[in-house]
Amino acid sequence: MPLTRKIAYIDLSTGEIKKELIPERMRKLFLGGRGIDMYLLYNYTGPETDPIGPENVLLVSAGLLVGSPAPGSARTHVGGKSPVTGIVGSTNMGGFFAPELTFAGFHHLVVKGKAAKPVYLWIHDGEIEIRDASHLWGKDILATQEQIRAEHGDPEIKSMCIGIGGENLVRYANVKTGMKNAGGRTGMGCIMGSKNLKAIAARGTMDLKLAYPAEALDFCLKSKEHFMDTKVATALGFDGTMFIWNITNTTGMLRVKNGQLNKLEEWEGLTIEEFHDKYRVGTVACFNCPVHCRHQWRIKDGPNAGTFWEGPEYNTQMSLGNNLWIKEWEPILIGQYLTDIYGVDFSEVGNLLAWSMELYQRGLIDKKITQGLDLDWENAPNILPVVIEQIAKREGFGELLADGAYGYIDKLEKLGVDRDKAWYYFIGCKGHSALATDDRASRALAFGAGVSSRGWDHLRSRPAIDHYHLPEKVMEELYDGGPMSSEFKSYVGKAREIWWFERHYAVVDSVGTCKFHSCFFSPHGFKWEHQSEWIKYITGLDISPEELREIGARIYTIERMYNNREGLSRKDDWLSDFMYEVPMPGGLPYVKGEKLDRDKWNEMLDEYYALYGWDNEGVPTEETLERLSLDKEPSHIL
Amino acid sequence: MAKMLIIDHEKCTGCRFCETACATAKEGVSNPTRARVSLVKWETEGSTIPMVCQQCQDAPCVTVCPVKALSRDEELGRVVVDYDLCIGCKFCIVVCPFGGMGFDIIAKRVIKCDLCDGDPNCVKACSTDAIQFVDLSTVNIVKKRKAAARIEELIKRFG
Repeated sequence: MPLTRKIAYIDLSTGEIKKELIPERMRKLFLGGRGIDMYLLYNYTGPETDPIGPENVLLVSAGLLVGSPAPGSARTHVGGKSPVTGIVGSTNMGGFFAPELTFAGFHHLVVKGKAAKPVYLWIHDGEIEIRDASHLWGKDILATQEQIRAEHGDPEIKSMCIGIGGENLVRYANVKTGMKNAGGRTGMGCIMGSKNLKAIAARGTMDLKLAYPAEALDFCLKSKEHFMDTKVATALGFDGTMFIWNITNTTGMLRVKNGQLNKLEEWEGLTIEEFHDKYRVGTVACFNCPVHCRHQWRIKDGPNAGTFWEGPEYNTQMSLGNNLWIKEWEPILIGQYLTDIYGVDFSEVGNLLAWSMELYQRGLIDKKITQGLDLDWENAPNILPVVIEQIAKREGFGELLADGAYGYIDKLEKLGVDRDKAWYYFIGCKGHSALATDDRASRALAFGAGVSSRGWDHLRSRPAIDHYHLPEKVMEELYDGGPMSSEFKSYVGKAREIWWFERHYAVVDSVGTCKFHSCFFSPHGFKWEHQSEWIKYITGLDISPEELREIGARIYTIERMYNNREGLSRKDDWLSDFMYEVPMPGGLPYVKGEKLDRDKWNEMLDEYYALYGWDNEGVPTEETLERLSLDKEPSHIL
Repeated sequence: MAKMLIIDHEKCTGCRFCETACATAKEGVSNPTRARVSLVKWETEGSTIPMVCQQCQDAPCVTVCPVKALSRDEELGRVVVDYDLCIGCKFCIVVCPFGGMGFDIIAKRVIKCDLCDGDPNCVKACSTDAIQFVDLSTVNIVKKRKAAARIEELIKRFG
């Protein structure tokens, strides 16, 4: 049963390994995956923790339903105190690692301390060994995984690992499994690097017993049919997440040149059709997922001929494309390939580079600071691969960028750059780089980025369906109340949407299913009722849809408590000033001229805090803590 | 008429839902190593080939079995194991040219696909029709039409 999967505490300083069962009470409070990881984060780290010191923890987990027949039950969650932002670090990836970890007997790993030399963890059928990884240090992410398989003579081993980005402590280094799957954000690969931990390899043949196997299989097969009947499943299976780009560009909801423009006028070279024509090979899937949204591509001619890889996503298309004034596919594909094999977050790379290019354009930085690099927009396709390599190796200009937005602005100031002027052009929140969309007209999406517990981010809440113009009655039913507005430009009901989606995604990330099997893209996606049934048939736990909503609130609230303890409050729930001050210059008449309104934002914050039961500063009240059984934290049960 | 599983590896996305569905249906647990169907992957080349018992007409496993525990079931077009007779010698695993016969390390017995008695769960789990359950009389019809279409195109083009 999933409930028999253990938690292991691994101290890399002493070599001590402890394995324990997870009390059922913890499952009922936090489920697993992100939920239990966030409990552990609150209990094991705090304001005194240096994110790259041995006292930080690396939390690796498989969600509660991972490895079962539940569709999309593939997700690995990785947590720790973020080396990028100093607050909640939390990231999530697909692929096959978490199911293999489950089949090997574990759901949660708490890695503490620091190894004296490079090591990797070898986890197999209930056993955990710390092994030498000197020979893997310096290898790219694919070579690392292949070498581990070759060493053990087992092609079925699944590993998550870091590339040279993590080894060199790039603050936003990520963790990788397979080719393209990345626990991309908040710098969890940097924590691995700081612990001299190159990889975690898993192989398992243990039964995952199901509470009601016949019912579980039947319900999961029906769930699959239900989801594959939605239009979005078909679109995702062919175009991947890029199915949305042509529409958002036409509307004017992308950032171009770091947000100086919101639409790419010469856009024909960057469409999904162009990608299909020139580069598409096929699509592949993560564990147990019928959607298969992950592209495979190959460059057929030119100097990069033969390069085969997976990806890209909508976010790649934007972060390494339109936002950098890159209007053709090949530099994006090569950029993605390089960020993948070196293991650095392309969202940070793209955003920090776009920011730098605008500073260069405005004369706030020059070639002395870029160490000779010409950051002219027209030169973007040429410098992108150079900058990625410099960041991963911490060389030249890359050394300045490798510490994230906070580190970069400190270094620029030391080099004589006007700090306030330069910071104005950073688009982000809580030190975390923004997605390369332009959300100034889209109130819900912007608000979600502002209150996200890991800094600017679209995967803590993003209600993409807010753009569907759903009838208000349907929205009131979906979001458990109202009033709601069908208009994405309205401020009515948007705080409620974010409150609803944050709890929804907290549960999704804790059961370990993919967000594409949630309400991300479709109001017909799986929600509380489905999850409640999956949990019952697979684990035997009786958790009602209403209880799941409370679990979501508990997980989001403990993340809030973590950030509050680090000194964050209402003042930090704001996006870059740019978002409230500069109107959108182009796009369709419906969005042109739009910007966010500060008074309305304040009203949304009031509404949002009240829905959670947090006070005006965004601090949970005592009654709320008691209601959510969080009043005794840190409780050190795990 | 008996049916068989045919696999179009080009359609396979490598998700392994067939494996978990199979293991859950046959053993009541989710454990791909106990599934009768398994995906063989070459990650760096991006290819996946699903492998399953071919239910051979003149099956080496049946021939080699020293206790006649393996036999053909013509009604469903399959090779079946009689566990009352099987002594677990694993000769069948050794001689199978496809790796279609496996060994369940938990139940400690050989395992093979039994077509779920005519309603295969792997087929139900597959979202891309990479595994289909097809009547033996029409099993070659897709390939035949594909090849014929090529010939027809040539005729049209060159007369």
